[in-house]
Amino acid sequence: MGGLQKKKYERGSATNYITRNKARKKLQLSLADFRRLCILKGIYPHEPKHKKKVNKGSTAPRTFYLFKDIRFLLHEPIVRKFREYKVFVRKLRKAYGKAEWTGVERLRDNKPGYKLDHIIKERYPTFIDALRDIDDALSMCFLFSTFARTGKCHVQTITLCRRLTVEWMNYVVTSRSLRKVFLSIKGIYYQAEVLGQLITWLVPYQFAHDHPTDVDYRVMATFTEMYTTLFGFINFRLYQTLNLVYPPKVTQYLDLTFSCAQQKLSALSASLARVVATAEEEENQLDLFPTEGEDQENMQAREKEQKEQEAQKRLFEGLKFFLNREVPRESLAFILRCFGAEVSWDKSLCIGGTYEVTDETITHQIVDRPDMDKQYINRYYIQPQWVFDSVNAQMRLPVEDYFLGTTLPPHLSPFVEEKDGDYVPPEKLKLMALQRGEKPVQEDEEEEDEEEEEEDDDEEEDDDVDDEELTEEKNLKKLEGTRAQGKTLAVKVTPGKVKPWETGSVGNKVRLEQEEKAEEKRLAIMMMKKKEKYLYDKIMFGKKRTTREVSSLRCAPAKPTRPSLRPFACRWR
Amino acid sequence: MTLITQEIPPPPHSEDIRNTVGNVPMEWYQDYPHIGYNLDGKKIFKPIRNKDELDEFLDKMENPDYWRTVHDKMTASDIRLTDEQVDLVHRLQKGQFGDVNFNEYEPSVDFFTNEVMIHPVTNRPQDKRSFIPSLIEKEKVSKLVHAIKMGWIKPRKPKETTPQYYDLWAKEDPNAILGRHKMHVPAPKMRLPGHEESYNPPPEYLLTEEERLVWEQQDAEDRKLPFLPQKHSCLRAVPAFSRFIHERFERCLDLYLCPRQRKMRVNVNPEDLIPKLPKPKDLQPFPTTMSLVYRGHTSLVRCISASPTGQWLVSGSDDFTVRFWEVNTGRCMKTLEVGGAVKSVAWNPNPAVCLVAVCFEHTVLLLNPSLGDRLVVSSTDQLITAYEPPEEDKEQAVTWALSEGLEHNKGHRLTLTHPKAVKQVVWHGKGDYLSSVMPDNSSNLQVLIHQVSKRRTQNPFRKNKGLVQCVSFHPLRPYFFVATQRYVRVYNLIKQELTKKLMTNCKWISSMAIHPGGDNLICGSYDCRLAWFDLDLSTKPYKMLRHHKKALRGVAYHRNYPLFASGADDGSVIVCHGMVYNDLLQNPLIVPVKVLKGHQITHDLGVLDVTFHPTQPWVFSSGADTTIRLFT
Repeated sequence: MGGLQKKKYERGSATNYITRNKARKKLQLSLADFRRLCILKGIYPHEPKHKKKVNKGSTAPRTFYLFKDIRFLLHEPIVRKFREYKVFVRKLRKAYGKAEWTGVERLRDNKPGYKLDHIIKERYPTFIDALRDIDDALSMCFLFSTFARTGKCHVQTITLCRRLTVEWMNYVVTSRSLRKVFLSIKGIYYQAEVLGQLITWLVPYQFAHDHPTDVDYRVMATFTEMYTTLFGFINFRLYQTLNLVYPPKVTQYLDLTFSCAQQKLSALSASLARVVATAEEEENQLDLFPTEGEDQENMQAREKEQKEQEAQKRLFEGLKFFLNREVPRESLAFILRCFGAEVSWDKSLCIGGTYEVTDETITHQIVDRPDMDKQYINRYYIQPQWVFDSVNAQMRLPVEDYFLGTTLPPHLSPFVEEKDGDYVPPEKLKLMALQRGEKPVQEDEEEEDEEEEEEDDDEEEDDDVDDEELTEEKNLKKLEGTRAQGKTLAVKVTPGKVKPWETGSVGNKVRLEQEEKAEEKRLAIMMMKKKEKYLYDKIMFGKKRTTREVSSLRCAPAKPTRPSLRPFACRWR
Repeated sequence: MTLITQEIPPPPHSEDIRNTVGNVPMEWYQDYPHIGYNLDGKKIFKPIRNKDELDEFLDKMENPDYWRTVHDKMTASDIRLTDEQVDLVHRLQKGQFGDVNFNEYEPSVDFFTNEVMIHPVTNRPQDKRSFIPSLIEKEKVSKLVHAIKMGWIKPRKPKETTPQYYDLWAKEDPNAILGRHKMHVPAPKMRLPGHEESYNPPPEYLLTEEERLVWEQQDAEDRKLPFLPQKHSCLRAVPAFSRFIHERFERCLDLYLCPRQRKMRVNVNPEDLIPKLPKPKDLQPFPTTMSLVYRGHTSLVRCISASPTGQWLVSGSDDFTVRFWEVNTGRCMKTLEVGGAVKSVAWNPNPAVCLVAVCFEHTVLLLNPSLGDRLVVSSTDQLITAYEPPEEDKEQAVTWALSEGLEHNKGHRLTLTHPKAVKQVVWHGKGDYLSSVMPDNSSNLQVLIHQVSKRRTQNPFRKNKGLVQCVSFHPLRPYFFVATQRYVRVYNLIKQELTKKLMTNCKWISSMAIHPGGDNLICGSYDCRLAWFDLDLSTKPYKMLRHHKKALRGVAYHRNYPLFASGADDGSVIVCHGMVYNDLLQNPLIVPVKVLKGHQITHDLGVLDVTFHPTQPWVFSSGADTTIRLFT
């Protein structure tokens, strides 16, 4: 009794959210500007818990933003810049219409611009925050740096992206922080560990893009605008941590006369020369102060890890590579330099090559063609996958599998970490064995297996032949001879499997116990509540599906493309 | 025409004289006798006789000047054009000037030439200001010069196009970390590629032909992999990925358009979801194995009942027979033919009486199987013959008939002929009262209670409360349970009132059993559920079990042991431990202990009835596969 009647949707969650259109009206921005603002400020929609309540009883699909977020946008100085720009465009159009060319020039000179520094600072209050979020920025900048001048975006953006990516690559080379690389069908994935953060980026293969029509480049450009700012600041800071001068001199090479790859290459080689001038990198030893909370084992593990990392950093040190003309020069040069190798290429292709093919000290030549006419004896001719696989394996893999014209072993993703019950490809097992240092044993075993397999095959063939030739008296003796031989070799005494329930009371008991347990479980499942039963069924369904997938991978038909590994696969099946 | 006539030589005055009507369309005067007014204001009348078409034609044919004759509408007279006028018309038609004497091509005279003349055009002397510098300009310039000198104006710097970077995080301010940042949900990173994305994946990751077809036919959202795994023999052969820009763009869209949420993924161990129940081993005894199969019936066995001593078993079947079995041996002691499919059998629970109620079609038959103790058998016969008909014969709903002769020898004792088909018979615990169910949706005559000793029948209900499925007597107190399709009503027989209405939450009750303690009840339903009611607790089910896959047909409690069983169309009998405590605060404990299988499913029917042995932890079940099975 008494009091004012409470109106619906005037408190609670209905007031916490605002629809996109209302937000736009509140900010007095066009949709495009609003979108830009959201991208720059990192504002994203929110899904209310009770949509109908928030939507004032309607169930129409709407995008909701948090009201707080929109209020936060209200005080953004960039909004004023957006409005100024709108006015500028209007004035400019007018001046054009009136053909006031001096006016146009004056207006152009005073074109309002904005900076995103404060937004970056606001979004990422600490450097580590920014570094954590750089994956997308890297991928985007690498993509934009491969664009040609097609009018899809400003030329300045492209040059800026090129400059920043080159700077980044230089940093990675100098700090030797590259960890993993992966050749996928999309492009090349790189993973670097920078200040303890794992940063992954994807670089497309060097091809001209055919620009899709159903992609809004304005959105991409806005993202790139933000990313380049962020990326530049991060680069600055990273260079600072290495005591390097920013911007580095290499960026002077950048102009649009060269192709993108050429620039990057030249920049890379130049940077190596320049690094010498700066302060020598200190070998930062791990401090050996056993803190109270840490146990000795933990310390040791960390020490070991550190050692491994150091070893990986020097993976290709002392090797001299020469890149043939058909291999992706930029990525290979980048990777090889990251691990301390010397790289060169044909000078006629691209600037930056430091030595010729004829150099006798070259240890490896990377070739991606079936055969070479002229080969030097004192160097390995290997396919590019060797470099990638070696980096991922953190060791120089045996080069035999990667020689010219050989069928390459499968290239595995270094990002997959198998858990218990997951499918592990046989190649990975082999690699793990190699890493553990079981190389010779493993190979011998494999060979044995192969031999056995072959023998088995022989025997089978003999058996096949058997039926036909039984009638032929002439070959009988010979045949018997071979069979006897085969038997002496192939017959193996395998320990028979003991079925537990057949052996007597002990096995019986075990089996009975198991059955009892299973039945108990089944009966208990009967007593589950409906909700829990549903959840349980769902979980079990998921588990079954994963096991099914694994088993299907395991039972995948052996393909003729993997002859050397067949026995391996067979054993697994 | 008017234009031309105006130019005709007769001076304008004469025209005024002739007709002063003015410049109006002459059609206005069509219906009038006059065509205008002269100078004096008098009407000018039309000529008496106007030319008609024929005159026109004749004129055209005869008059050589017809082509140069023009009709003047103003004066309604014909005018013959002169030669000059004809010439003028011709010239105008050709687009020439009307004036013959006008020369179109006269030599042009330039008024302003491009030649610079030495003398001014005007004689006005030049202003002084054109010789001396402007004062205003001087003032302006001096101001600018002063401003430049003072450093107020600086030359325009070329704009910085390259962005300037500096150490943005030089002073990391912990206060700058706002609540926003704590609440911020960082976008999840891009998924890292697996082996299948490799340019040279292991062969088992490649799709087979069928998988590839399936992949191609699926919608882009349904696909498990957004791309087709491909194998290239060398790096040189790897083409550009056509959807690269698309994927990056989609990532951008995800970043600014997707609502983000922190999802607490609870890692539920499925084993934890399974309720912790006492082990069945600890709840023994209960039936575990099938030990006997009673064969003999030729059609499905609808009902079974065990004798109170536990020595005999009676079964009724659709092959129109009732069979009596010895429980321990499985031997069929007796077979009685009755005149219809037996719907229900019930052994009198009183051990001092040997009587079996059998119902088929409209009849309830009370049999004395003559099994077991002779004394009991003869005392039963005496009990029945000792009946004395009352003084006044009341009209009853059922006719009671005593069997004699051949039927008596077969064991028939009393025949109760009902007005409708009977579905179920139930004895009261004392063995004197008997209830029969005649399901009928439209009348109140659905349940009858008979008293055997007095051969009396009464209809306890005045109103029809729905289709009665089954009824039951309370084992101790004078209560009567009636199960309709969805509810179980509990009536007090002494007070003659409804005491409780139990909501079963089932669609259609099939069977019901009362706990020997009388405070608990189970209901089986055709929608695969078994509801346990604690009558002290609530009118809603205390527990709902959905352990059968198909419709339940029969449920039963054990008389002594805390056991109950349910039989269903899936061919299984599930025995559960159902402990009821004397302590009112402790709820019953229900644990399924055994799933008994043995019955074959025939015509989608499995187990039709279950009943417990009265003393042993054994359960009988009858099935549609014409057998009765004993599980011990």
